[in-house]
Amino acid sequence: MVSTLYAALFYVAASVLMIGLAARLRRYASIPVPLLIPTTPAPTTRLGVAARLAREVVLFESLFKANTWTWVFGWMFHAALLVVAMRHVRYVTQPVWGWVVLVQPYGIAAGFALVAGLVGLWARRILVPRIRYISAPSDHLMLALLVGLGGSGLLMTYVAHTDIVALKGFTLGLLRLEIRPLPADPLLLLHLALVIVLMLIFPFSKLLHGPGLFFSPTRTQVDNPRQRRYRPQSAARPLPLGRTE
Amino acid sequence: MAKPSDYIINAAPSDPLEIPALKPGAMAGCKPFVAKPEVQAALGLPGTLVENWQAKAIEKMGDLLNSSRSLQVAMDSCMKCGACTDKCHFFLGTGDPKNMPVARQDLMRSVYRRYFTVTGKYFPWLVGARDLTEDVLDEWYTYFHQCSQCRRCSVYCPIGIDTSEVSMAARDIMASVGRGQKYSNEIIGKGLKTGNNLGLPLAAIRSTLDSLEEDLRADTGVDIAMPLDAKGSDIMLVVPSADLFAEPHIQGLIGYAKVFHQSGLSWTLSSYASEAANFALFTGSHDHMREMARRIREAALDLGVKRIVFGECGHAWRVAYNFLDTLAGPFDFLDQDHPIPQHICEFTHALIERGQLRFDKSQNDAYRLTYHDSCNVARGSRMGDKPGGQFEIPRALLRASCNHFFDMAPETIGEHTLCCGGGGGLLGDDLMELRAKGAQPRMRALKNVAVEHGVTHMAAICAICKSQFGSVLPAYGFKRDAILSVHQLVGNAIVLDGSIQARALQKAAR
Repeated sequence: MVSTLYAALFYVAASVLMIGLAARLRRYASIPVPLLIPTTPAPTTRLGVAARLAREVVLFESLFKANTWTWVFGWMFHAALLVVAMRHVRYVTQPVWGWVVLVQPYGIAAGFALVAGLVGLWARRILVPRIRYISAPSDHLMLALLVGLGGSGLLMTYVAHTDIVALKGFTLGLLRLEIRPLPADPLLLLHLALVIVLMLIFPFSKLLHGPGLFFSPTRTQVDNPRQRRYRPQSAARPLPLGRTE
Repeated sequence: MAKPSDYIINAAPSDPLEIPALKPGAMAGCKPFVAKPEVQAALGLPGTLVENWQAKAIEKMGDLLNSSRSLQVAMDSCMKCGACTDKCHFFLGTGDPKNMPVARQDLMRSVYRRYFTVTGKYFPWLVGARDLTEDVLDEWYTYFHQCSQCRRCSVYCPIGIDTSEVSMAARDIMASVGRGQKYSNEIIGKGLKTGNNLGLPLAAIRSTLDSLEEDLRADTGVDIAMPLDAKGSDIMLVVPSADLFAEPHIQGLIGYAKVFHQSGLSWTLSSYASEAANFALFTGSHDHMREMARRIREAALDLGVKRIVFGECGHAWRVAYNFLDTLAGPFDFLDQDHPIPQHICEFTHALIERGQLRFDKSQNDAYRLTYHDSCNVARGSRMGDKPGGQFEIPRALLRASCNHFFDMAPETIGEHTLCCGGGGGLLGDDLMELRAKGAQPRMRALKNVAVEHGVTHMAAICAICKSQFGSVLPAYGFKRDAILSVHQLVGNAIVLDGSIQARALQKAAR
């Protein structure tokens, strides 16, 4: 019963995530950028722009210029998230790929770094008056969701182990469109439920900041107006906005 | 009218970027005059708030979201990390939390979420979504006119969200439903009608130039032309109209004329395109911006010039450098061997590099100088071949023409530079309180080099910066005339062939 419910929810969440995200990205790509507005000094070549974006993605360059603590916590969280996600690949592959095995020991440490980064960010959100001022309930809930995910994961690793072999049976089953039994362990069910929620809200929330960077003209445009005439993309009709009446 | 000094509390040396305590509502009462119906009408905009303004505003917002990717990405992508919260000079100067860039964006984002997102429609309390009410409109009018569109926040945003794009869109929306800003819309109206923002007629421009020619002859003993509408000239110079009458701007114009004279190239101003500053950048109206840009193209064609050079004006240079070709191009009729368009600083710098200019730096020994990077030049354009040339080239001119030059603190110059507090269409007397307080970070940085290095004057290459500092400097304990044009210093030091100065130098050398 629980297995069927979770399997169904996973399929729904995965569809919402993929379709929602694809629609959003297609919309961004379809909206023209009428003028050249890179934040200068900006790279003068496409290669330079790729390097600028790489620095933003890997090092959070602009954030580093802005605020040391937000950068420390934010970078720690995102880097840890990447490692943790890599580690989790073992739950959907059989046999487990070599590099996933190599990542394994770091994945454990990353779990703590992930939660620590989130707690740091949350502390700033509560303790720094400027950031408290700009926070909506959804901003706190997002952090709660992620802390819940990381915390339940750590608890399963260190305190209350779940039947990881059975879980892997369930996830591999999902990939083959088969419903296999999921261990009815409360911590695991919580962890998976939070994953499902995260997938569902991704295309409709500020989590879009990740993809947004790649469509942000101040960072993606080349500073070369005197070498090459800038002409905005032909007036292709932007995809529907999904305005709610 | 209140004086800037009425608002200033502290002029002692201090941290220019000191973060103030939050003072909610501190600037809620500070808003610019609303454009009168006839001003709006001249721009094809409704004279007063239209009856169904709310629906119209939402419709306009939808149009803008469909035509400006930067706006759509800004509305969706902010994760409220707070990186920008202490970056706006208006926040640093006022403490009003709505002057934090993210909070300013949120004024629009809250409405966007209500009308354009599922979460905002069904769970407004969760994501901070709200209806576009008359109160919200008032708040927009107040705080989107407390943004000078300087892009400082965009440097620090991890996603590259540019608040100026949001404030331009908000102003565009407000103007389209009948709530335009008096200052900017009056100026755009004058520009579209007369070719310049001051509404100066041809005869007034000519008589100014005539008297400048006379002064220059008396000062240098050389006949330096100040041509207007001279067909077939090599270069058309486009200057902010303030260069034609205001101090210290006009001293910069004299500097340009001396440089052109020494270059041996012929040049001219245009009466048809007698304005470099394109105020439609501030109101977000691409139609008006295109119309002002088109005048420049027409004038260049009509005069048959080979090159276009822009005078010292920050927003003008952003529009010229980045937008002119897109809006009014192609400029294939100009000489392709030179940058199109070119900044006067680039022009002068090239002459210096080639050894074509001679300077007597001692002419500027009365000044101990620093340089204010103007925001839209710093973060919205470039000079020279390499990124950052916009910082190096003006400084190279100052170093070539002055003996005493000192930079302000690194976190307050270059890409980190602070707005003067008067950009983005906020230069009216109606916003004097905002202007005086917004200048605080820059004034503190200046104070620090004044104490440390004995700096007495600050040079700039923007007409708005010059006017704004002329107004607010006294409030911080500086003389009104402590702000100078870069080409004023170039012009002071330049030694023209055959001039009185050249003969005096020769004599001294013997």
